[in-house]
Amino acid sequence: MAQAVPANQKWWGGGRSPFNVEYGKLMMWYFLMSDAFTFGAFLIAYGTVRFSSNGWPDPNVVFSSFPGMGHAHMPLVFVSVMTFILIMSSVTMVLAVGAGHSNDRKSVLKWLGWTIVGGAAFLGCQAWEWTHLYHQGAWWGMNPFVNADGTEASTNFTNFFFTITGFHGFHVFSGVIINIIMFIMTYKGVFDRRGHYLMIEKAGLYWHFVDLVWVFVFTCFYLF
Amino acid sequence: MSNEALHGHPEVVTTHDVHHDEHHVHHHKETFITKYVFSQDHKMIAKQFLITGMIWAVIGGLMSVLFRLQLGYPDQTFPWLEDILGRWAKGGKISAENYYALVTMHGTVLVFFVLTGGLSGTFANFLIPLQIGARDMASPFMNMLSYWFFFGGSIVMISSLFIQTGPFSGGWTAYPPLSALGDASPGSKTGMDLWITAMAMFVVSSLLGGLNYISTVLNMRTKGMSMTRMPLTMWALFFTAVLGVLSFPVLLSGFILLLFDRHGGTSFYLSDIYIAATKTALPNEGGSAILFQHLFWFLGHPEVYIILLPAMGMASEIISINARKPIFGYMAMVGSMFAITILAFLVWAHHMFVTGLNPFLGSVFVLLTLLIAVPSAIKVFNWLTTIWKANIKFTPGMMFALGFVSLFISGGLTGIFLGNSTLDIHLHDTYFVIAHFHIVMGVSAFFGMFAGIYHWFPKMYGRFMNNTMAYIHFWVTLAGAYLIFWPMHYEGLAGMPRRYLDYTGWESFKQFAELNKFISTVAIIVFAVQLLFIFNFFYSIFKGRKLTKPNPWGATTLEWTTPIRPGHGNWPGEIPEVHRWAYDYSKDGRDFIPQTEPIGPNESHH
Repeated sequence: MAQAVPANQKWWGGGRSPFNVEYGKLMMWYFLMSDAFTFGAFLIAYGTVRFSSNGWPDPNVVFSSFPGMGHAHMPLVFVSVMTFILIMSSVTMVLAVGAGHSNDRKSVLKWLGWTIVGGAAFLGCQAWEWTHLYHQGAWWGMNPFVNADGTEASTNFTNFFFTITGFHGFHVFSGVIINIIMFIMTYKGVFDRRGHYLMIEKAGLYWHFVDLVWVFVFTCFYLF
Repeated sequence: MSNEALHGHPEVVTTHDVHHDEHHVHHHKETFITKYVFSQDHKMIAKQFLITGMIWAVIGGLMSVLFRLQLGYPDQTFPWLEDILGRWAKGGKISAENYYALVTMHGTVLVFFVLTGGLSGTFANFLIPLQIGARDMASPFMNMLSYWFFFGGSIVMISSLFIQTGPFSGGWTAYPPLSALGDASPGSKTGMDLWITAMAMFVVSSLLGGLNYISTVLNMRTKGMSMTRMPLTMWALFFTAVLGVLSFPVLLSGFILLLFDRHGGTSFYLSDIYIAATKTALPNEGGSAILFQHLFWFLGHPEVYIILLPAMGMASEIISINARKPIFGYMAMVGSMFAITILAFLVWAHHMFVTGLNPFLGSVFVLLTLLIAVPSAIKVFNWLTTIWKANIKFTPGMMFALGFVSLFISGGLTGIFLGNSTLDIHLHDTYFVIAHFHIVMGVSAFFGMFAGIYHWFPKMYGRFMNNTMAYIHFWVTLAGAYLIFWPMHYEGLAGMPRRYLDYTGWESFKQFAELNKFISTVAIIVFAVQLLFIFNFFYSIFKGRKLTKPNPWGATTLEWTTPIRPGHGNWPGEIPEVHRWAYDYSKDGRDFIPQTEPIGPNESHH
C-alpha cells in the first residue's frame, strides 16, 4: 500500500478518507465493533450467571475425549487441536491478504484455499464435539455433568456452552461462506480486473475477528 | 470532482470512481420499481422511511386513543369499539388483556418504529449526503436493504396484531419471566415470537443503516468539509449512528437468550418460580430475570439518545437559521453531544433502581445519571443564547424547534427527580415516569421531527407545506402535550401506578377521575390534529406552494445549493467545495454567507 498521500495532507479536511481507508473497510471495522458487543453481552451474561451459581462443572472433566481414543482421559487436547487449526487458518489468511497486496492471484487462491480448509476443519471438529456431548446427554436444557465439587449442577453450563459456541460456530460458518465467495471471485479474476484485492482484506478482517472471539470463548469455557 | 479518492486507496482510484462518476452523468433508465420501490437513492429511501414511520405513528397514536378512552371513561362502554375491534372490546369495553397489548404495542411502535426508524432513518438518509456534499451514501445498496429490513420488521410486527392469541402484552421492555413463558399470558405465546422476530429485523435494519451513516460521514465529505465545518445535524446523526451500532447488538444478544428460554428449555432468565396459570413451579434453575434487564437497558438507555440526538441536531440547525445568528458555542454543542454519547452507555441501571440492584451500585448510577444534566444544560443554554436578541423568523419549522427546547427543558427537569435512587422508591412505575419520558423523549423528539419535516419539506418535494395548518398543528400539539402530561406528574406524585386498567377501585385515586377524563379528551384532540398534519403533508406534496428559488430559508448549508428537485447524485455538475463552517449568519453586514463561498480577504474572524 504505497501511500500517494503527501505528508501534510489534511485527512480530516474532507475530500479524502480520514483514515485513508475506503468506506467498505471502515464499515467492516464498525461492524466488528458492533459484533464484539454482541459477543461481549453473551460472555458477560455467562459470567453473571456463572458467578451467581453455587458451583460449575470442571472443564477438564467435561472436555476430556478425543475422537478414536475411546475413554482415554485427555483433558482439553481436542479443543487445543481445534484452536490450533483456527489460529493456523488466521495465519493462512494473513498470507492470502499479503498475496493480494502484490496482486498475486495464484498465491491468493492457494492461501485462501487453505483458510477455507482450516475453517471447515474447525467446523467439523465442533460438529464432532457437539455430537459427542449430545450422546453424553448434554444439550440445551440438559446437563449430565456434575459440579467440580460433586454437587448437582444447573443446566446453565450446557445452555451457555451450546448458545455461545453455537453463535461463534455460526460466525465461522458465515466466514467460510464469505471465503468461498472470495475464492470464486479471485478464481474468476474479478479482483484482477478491479486492480486490487481489497475484498480479500475485508474478508480477512472478519476472519481474524472470528478467530479472536474464539480465544475469548475458549478462555471462558475451557480454561476456567 | 472533489471527492475523488474517497472510495479507495490512492492507487486504486481508477475504475471504481470513474464508474461512480458516470453514474449520475448519463442516467440509466429508471423504472417505477427502481425509482420508487427498490430505490437506492438516499432521498427516496428517506421518504420511504418517513412515510412508513407516519403510518406507524398513526397506528401507535390510535392505540393510545383507544386505551385513553378506557382510562378516561372506565365506567362507560363504547359499542362502536366492538364494531372495529371485535373480541378485543367485547361489549364496547377493552378487556384487560387487550389493554396491556395496546400499551405494549404503543410503546414498541413509537419508540422503535417511529422515533428510531422513522426519525433517524428519515433524516440521516436525507441529510447526510446532502449536507456533507456526497452523491449518495457510502453503500446505497446496503441503505436500500436497511429500509427493506425495517419494512419486513414492520410487516411482522403488524401481523402480530391479527393472530388468535393477540400481540405481545408484557410491556415494551419485554421483561421475563412474563415474556419468556407462553403460559404466563396469551400475548406471551405466538405474539411474543413475532415481536422478537420483528425486533431482530429492526436491529439488522438499524445496523445496516448505522454503518452506512458512520462511514459516509467519515469518508465521503466533500473537499474542505472538515469535521468541524459540519452542520450540527451531521454531528448529531453521526453520534446517533454510533450509539445504535454499539447498543443494539446487546439487545440482540438478550433476545437470542430469550428465544432459547422460550423454546430451548434453557434457564438464562428463568428460575424455579411458581406459575399461577399452570399451578406448578418451573423446573428451571439458576437463571436471572435481572440479567435480561441489564441487557435490555444497555440498549434501552442509549435508545433514548438515539431518539433525542437527531432532534437536538435538527433543532440546533433550524434555530440558528431562523434566528439569523450563528449557533452559540458550536464546539460546546459538539462536545456535549459527545459527552451524552459516552454517558448514555453508563447510566442504564437507573431504570433498575428498585429491581433488587445493590444500593451501592445504585448510588454510582445516580452520580453518572445526574452528570448527564451537565451536557444537556449546556445545549439548552446554547439554544437560548442563540435566540437571545435575535431577529427570529417564526416559520413552522422554527416554532417546532422552539417547542422542542421548551419540552426538553420541562421533561429534562423531572429527569433529575427520577435519577435519584431514593426518590425513585416512591416514583418508580407511577404516572410521574410516564409524564417524564413522554415529554422529554416522546413529544420533544416528535417536535424535533416535525421541525425537520416542515423545514426540509421544500427540499424533499420542491413545495412548501401549508403554514396555516402548520400553525394550528403547532399550537394545539404544544398546548395539548402540556395539558396531557403536566397533570400526570401530580397523579404520579400521589402514587398512581402505571399500566393499570381501571383506577376506580382505589380510594386514593378516585380523586383523579375527572382529571383522567380531561387528559383523555385532550389526547383525542391532539391525535386529531396530527391527522391534520398528515393531510397537510400529502396535500402539499401535490398542491403545495412551489419553490421559486433553491434556498428558501437563506441557509448556508450545502443541501440548498442543489437544484430544487435534485436527481440521483444530488448535484448536476461537480460537488461544491466548502470553505467555511455552516453558521455564518449576519456576518460583516451580510445576512448569510453560504459554505461554498471562499473566505474574503477582509473578512472578520468568528
